[in-house]
Amino acid sequence: MRFALIGQPNCGKSTLFNQVAGYRAETGNFAGTTVTFTETKVRVLGDVVELVDLPGTYTLLATNPAERVVLDYLIDKPVDAIINVVDATHLVQGLTLTLELMELGRPIVLVINMMDEAKRQGLKVDGEALSEALGIPVMPMIATRGQGIREAFSQTWHIAHQNKLPQAPAYRDEIEQAILALKGEVDKADFPVSRRAIGIKLLEGDPNLTEQVSQKVPAIKNLVQEQWDKLCHQSSVQAVWLIAGERQRMARELTEKVTTQMETHLTLRDRLDDYLLHPFWGYVFLLIILALFFYGVYGFGTWLETPLLNFFNNLDTVVLTAMHSNGLLAQVVSGAIQGISGGLAIVLPYLVPFLIGLGFLEDIGYLTRIAFLMDALMHRIGLHGKAIVPFILGYGCNVPAIMSTRIMEDKRDRFLSAALSTMVPCAARLAVIFGLVAFYVGPWAALGIYIYNLFVIAITGRIITHFLPEDSPGLILEMPVYRLPTLKTVTAKAWFRIREFIFEAWPVLIIGSIVLAVMNFFSVTDYINTALQPFNWLLGLPKQVGTPLVFGIFRKELSMIMLAQAFGTSNYAAVMTPHQMIIFTVFVVFYIPCLATMISIRNELGGKAMWAITGLTVLVATLAALAARVFLLVI
Amino acid sequence: MINLLQVNNGNWVKVIRVAGGIEMERRLAQLGFLPGNKIRIIRSAPFHGPLLLDVEGREIVLGRGVANKVMVEYLS
Repeated sequence: MRFALIGQPNCGKSTLFNQVAGYRAETGNFAGTTVTFTETKVRVLGDVVELVDLPGTYTLLATNPAERVVLDYLIDKPVDAIINVVDATHLVQGLTLTLELMELGRPIVLVINMMDEAKRQGLKVDGEALSEALGIPVMPMIATRGQGIREAFSQTWHIAHQNKLPQAPAYRDEIEQAILALKGEVDKADFPVSRRAIGIKLLEGDPNLTEQVSQKVPAIKNLVQEQWDKLCHQSSVQAVWLIAGERQRMARELTEKVTTQMETHLTLRDRLDDYLLHPFWGYVFLLIILALFFYGVYGFGTWLETPLLNFFNNLDTVVLTAMHSNGLLAQVVSGAIQGISGGLAIVLPYLVPFLIGLGFLEDIGYLTRIAFLMDALMHRIGLHGKAIVPFILGYGCNVPAIMSTRIMEDKRDRFLSAALSTMVPCAARLAVIFGLVAFYVGPWAALGIYIYNLFVIAITGRIITHFLPEDSPGLILEMPVYRLPTLKTVTAKAWFRIREFIFEAWPVLIIGSIVLAVMNFFSVTDYINTALQPFNWLLGLPKQVGTPLVFGIFRKELSMIMLAQAFGTSNYAAVMTPHQMIIFTVFVVFYIPCLATMISIRNELGGKAMWAITGLTVLVATLAALAARVFLLVI
Repeated sequence: MINLLQVNNGNWVKVIRVAGGIEMERRLAQLGFLPGNKIRIIRSAPFHGPLLLDVEGREIVLGRGVANKVMVEYLS
């Protein structure tokens, strides 16, 4: 048995999914966070049910990749029941989608989520009246607190077992006649949804379905055109808008019927945007918030890094002395210790506070505010404010950043924001920036690298825009209301990403360290270093950094952690000058996105884009590092 | 008939139509920009930044390039 979770962006659908899935998926207070669908198995009344979380979508019109995914899924896959989540405070918009879903003719349960938020706004929703009017079960819910979830799933289980099909409300006569004419051409056997649903989609002009139907009924395009002519003859608006308008009208009438607006008074939360989006103070707050975030991460990280690093360095010395040798085994053990200490002492102290902070900003709704504030600036580098999302996510990890480029409609925008967001220093590179530059050279140098990074990204954006001019219309997004995230949601989401580091990246780090130790022992690294010699000469770096840079392609942290192996010490101050550390870090920040990022670029944008972006980043890294070298010589 | 950029902050207007192609029409229709719906400009970002709008109770952000395509008229 399979249930599909569907709803508009920000309706709390992913929160609900995570409540039942035990946080195996990510959620965010941002339109389009769920770009692919996630499945999980849940137990409902003794049955094991597959639960699919579909991307948030406003309608089933399939105007962007995420919506296409939803429509195709609902039309092609055997779904036993639909759980439609709507936001109680935006009932008109939510019900528009509900009406559209009811047309599919599959068992459906309507979940009215965020009842607490509605109450706060003085909105009373009469679920029973709504259920009666629509003829489908309506369940109230507060997903963030887990209230109403069990009841909603039991109800869904019942209607799925009874195979209780909804009866979608009828449109105006002339639209109904057009649907009737088209649905006659559809073969029931071809689609698991109702013929009426396909008829409506044809009338709306869905290109994929029209193509699909035309394989059996070649004349379908003409038939659709005929109905369009008839409809548009009667009114001047296109068929798709006639239908959308009808749904909206019905949804509004329903909402008026079932909701009562009580008296409300403005709270601080309602006035918050007056400050945070203020033309002047908004930017001041933005700087303060980002600076606090930066220093919070730095303070927490260094507080842990120093004692941990000391501990592991001592351990390393003790082990090497105890083993009385510089033999292979001692080197392997030492390599393993350095790999473990790299993860525990250098990466995790920064990664944990960073991810918790980012998750908090995301869930509270501040990331969208940043997009609003930064839109004008983003246009300077050839993108619009929405591209700030991959950028900000990129500070955590480039992989979700690349995935999130899906929220952009334009192909050129996707490529450019993917290319530029791979240059955003992710948490792995944060470890290099903090662990090497902030720790040895000072926090201002680290901040300088972040600012320099933005500068280089801006210039790269401008240059690419010169060759690929901007032609997308610009920013279109919904501003979520501020929501105080629960500690559970934020930590669970951070844990989701931290776990990825611990179980996927850290082992690679440790193994990489050991492999490097072995290679060092047999002097293999010398060959790699010699091959990269001209390059290191150009940037004025010691020749030992060659091998770590090659390993850095697997995981960016490796490029620094392997330095310890390559130099035979983790006191980097003894082997590199502050200038070399800065130049090295600048190069690491820009060159080749890690393997995982390259793979997700290939998945999202194709192999050509992957190689183009990889080549571009090596070029940018070399030029940026060279420019940094010259700059450091001059000052 | 004017476009959204010509409307001052705080004013209520009514959507007449969305220019700029079927894709744009669809995208905006989803967010409530349907003929006859009422819109208020809540605020706009500086440096020619986007507009924050109240569309049927939801807050929607539109960049200037997009707002330019939304044709509206003042509520009488």
